[in-house]
Amino acid sequence: MKIVVDFDLCESNAVCMNIAPEVFEVRDDDFLYVLNENPPEDMRPKMEEAVRRCPKQAIAIED
Amino acid sequence: MREEGFTGRVVLVGDEPHRPYDRPPLSKQVLAGAWSPDRIELPAVAADLDLEWRLGTRASGLDLGGRRVLLDGGAELAYDGLVIATGATPRLVPVPDGMAGIHVLRTLDDCLALRAELDATPGRVVVVGAGFIGAEVAATCRERGHEVTMIEALPAPLARVLGGEIGATFAELHRDHGVDVRLGVGVSEVHGGARVEQVHLDDGSVITADVVVIGVGVRPVTDWLEGSGLVLDDGVVCDETCLAAPGVVAAGDVARWPNPTFGGQVMRVEHWDNALDQGAHAARTLLAGEAGGTPYAPVPWFWSDQYDRKLQLAGRPGPGDEMRIVEGSLEERRFVGLFGRSGKVVAAFGMNRPAPIMRYRARIAGGLDWETAIAEADAAAT
Repeated sequence: MKIVVDFDLCESNAVCMNIAPEVFEVRDDDFLYVLNENPPEDMRPKMEEAVRRCPKQAIAIED
Repeated sequence: MREEGFTGRVVLVGDEPHRPYDRPPLSKQVLAGAWSPDRIELPAVAADLDLEWRLGTRASGLDLGGRRVLLDGGAELAYDGLVIATGATPRLVPVPDGMAGIHVLRTLDDCLALRAELDATPGRVVVVGAGFIGAEVAATCRERGHEVTMIEALPAPLARVLGGEIGATFAELHRDHGVDVRLGVGVSEVHGGARVEQVHLDDGSVITADVVVIGVGVRPVTDWLEGSGLVLDDGVVCDETCLAAPGVVAAGDVARWPNPTFGGQVMRVEHWDNALDQGAHAARTLLAGEAGGTPYAPVPWFWSDQYDRKLQLAGRPGPGDEMRIVEGSLEERRFVGLFGRSGKVVAAFGMNRPAPIMRYRARIAGGLDWETAIAEADAAAT
């Protein structure tokens, strides 16, 4: 799966980071960095939670 | 429910005519006119979940023993499992009956009505209440070019929850953007003819008002449950798994439950993130049936966007908590403040510091010692 973030929508609320810090990191520059665009399949539940809980609906999963 | 494998009927009853949507943009992008309403529909609506919709239908009662929900108009719905998520409704201040120009902001229809009046009226918007809704409405109206007066009964916005220091920063943020902020005063009367014309404050001031938005808080919608046998006390009272009665769970703004992460403190959380999280948890508790669900023990989290500032709160601060700014400064409008009670960090509030707030959120979940957190922050600052 591929994690795609719409950076026009992303406002760095960092909810995704709280769910999966291995994949999402909001750094001190206040920007979101996707550390791993192709996380392993066993991370799918966390990725789906990140998609759902993003306040800006900025994350999508592409299969 | 579907994700957990439930294949039975799922019927959603909602008093609004719309399919479910996100409320946070109603005080921001939709009100500003930047987004049209179709952008806020919940993704779950479009997904093919095989749901039955009863929109524009208000629940009027509950027969707990008979497992039936009574609907306005006399219809009844029998259930095996019930999720109560009727949310909250805006509190009002006394206003003359039928006077035009006075608004609350909870639903999409409220938002569109307010937006239409803002489009039609270049005049002054008076916002009653400087909580998060009032403050966001004030910011959005100001950015649309309206003159705005924001009235707050407390000495500083959100002072009861976040304390006077942080509260004062909010007032200054709005004043810097040209909002006329009145603190420590309440509305005594609203005057006008067919339309509102003036708002009178209890310090004697009179403010010209072309549009009034009342944002003084909400109360949980539980009238329909009176006499049902459920325990009601500023919300539907649940156990720590979100169970209100056998086969009945509650979630979101309407649910009051003991939160194990805060020592069993009974709380009701009015934030978007909790609605999502607690909804999912309540569904799992319902499906667990007699086996029982697991405790719902979140660290509540909240965000508010005002001008170019992002405010975030993780945890549950209370009156009398100690507060310490541990990063940044109030002057820079970029900071983190920690709240402590009984030796523990109970909340972290940040302005334009999203990452640290999220990290504190995770640590509060595990129990974060106040002295440890302060010592770490002091060390990092040197």
